[in-house]
Amino acid sequence: MAAIYSLYIINKSGGLIFYKDCGTKGRMDTNDCLRVASLWHSMHAISQQLSPVNGCSGIELLQADTFDLHCFQSLPGTKFFVVCEPGTPHMESLLRYIYELYTDYVLKNPFYEIEMPIRCELFDINLTQAVQSDRVALLGR
Amino acid sequence: MAPVGPRSGDAIFSSIDRVNAELFTLTYGAIVRQLLTDLEDVDEVNKQLDQMGYNIGIRLIDEFLAKSGVSRCVDFKETAEMIAKVGFKMFLGVTASVSSWDADGTCCSIILEDNPLVDFVELPDTCQGLYYCNVLSGVIRGALEMVSMKTEVTWTRDALRGDDAYELQVKLLKQVAEEYPYKDDE
Repeated sequence: MAAIYSLYIINKSGGLIFYKDCGTKGRMDTNDCLRVASLWHSMHAISQQLSPVNGCSGIELLQADTFDLHCFQSLPGTKFFVVCEPGTPHMESLLRYIYELYTDYVLKNPFYEIEMPIRCELFDINLTQAVQSDRVALLGR
Repeated sequence: MAPVGPRSGDAIFSSIDRVNAELFTLTYGAIVRQLLTDLEDVDEVNKQLDQMGYNIGIRLIDEFLAKSGVSRCVDFKETAEMIAKVGFKMFLGVTASVSSWDADGTCCSIILEDNPLVDFVELPDTCQGLYYCNVLSGVIRGALEMVSMKTEVTWTRDALRGDDAYELQVKLLKQVAEEYPYKDDE
């Protein structure tokens, strides 16, 4: 059974604003998470420069033997990425769905300050439901 | 679940949660009224409404992009059409039309025939300088700024002031490149 390890949201300037462990495997402490987030932000920016043709929007999928990393960047610049077991399906739709949850439960919360760390319980609850493996399969349809 | 391309404004409008239009209109009216009481100056109220709109716009853009499945527009013309046809429909339930393009395609008018914000409004003599719907111009400005377009949005026609429609002039001032590395002097 393919599993999701963790989920990150980074703001326009590369700061980690949300992190969530989704399973028992692949857990990381806070410092490592921050490091991964800022590393990924820079690598994503560099990858745009690597493109031989203009208009590249950066790495969308990084595959390694022990994990896959799927990234989705919204047009305003917030990045959502999920780290999962190699070959986990439907991650693109999951990321798009998380983006919708973010607009509904984070941005519409009047007490959420834009670009700041996300502490919204409703977002957490809905996200937990979304990453349950049977829900993810549903998104793929 | 993954949107396979831009969805139409109608489709999105019918699929998201909505509130009673009267509640919306009356709430907006109450806000404007309260601002007039608090600030006691019509120009200040215009400014405040614009700022409120801006604050809404910088958040709203994400919802617009997430739920419409719209991706990067090729030029400002497409952007204006998207605002008029998808944006207005999605959030206000009305469609607007785009016209009066200038020669280099950086300035246009968005015309609203139907405007749910003003259903019960008559502007009294004491508020003649008020742009009652100024929140809308702020929303557009804020939303476009988040996708790296600096714009200036002004009302050119306002039915509450005796014109025959609502017309917003949207002027593209500058397109900020979003690519790294940012230049040192920026």
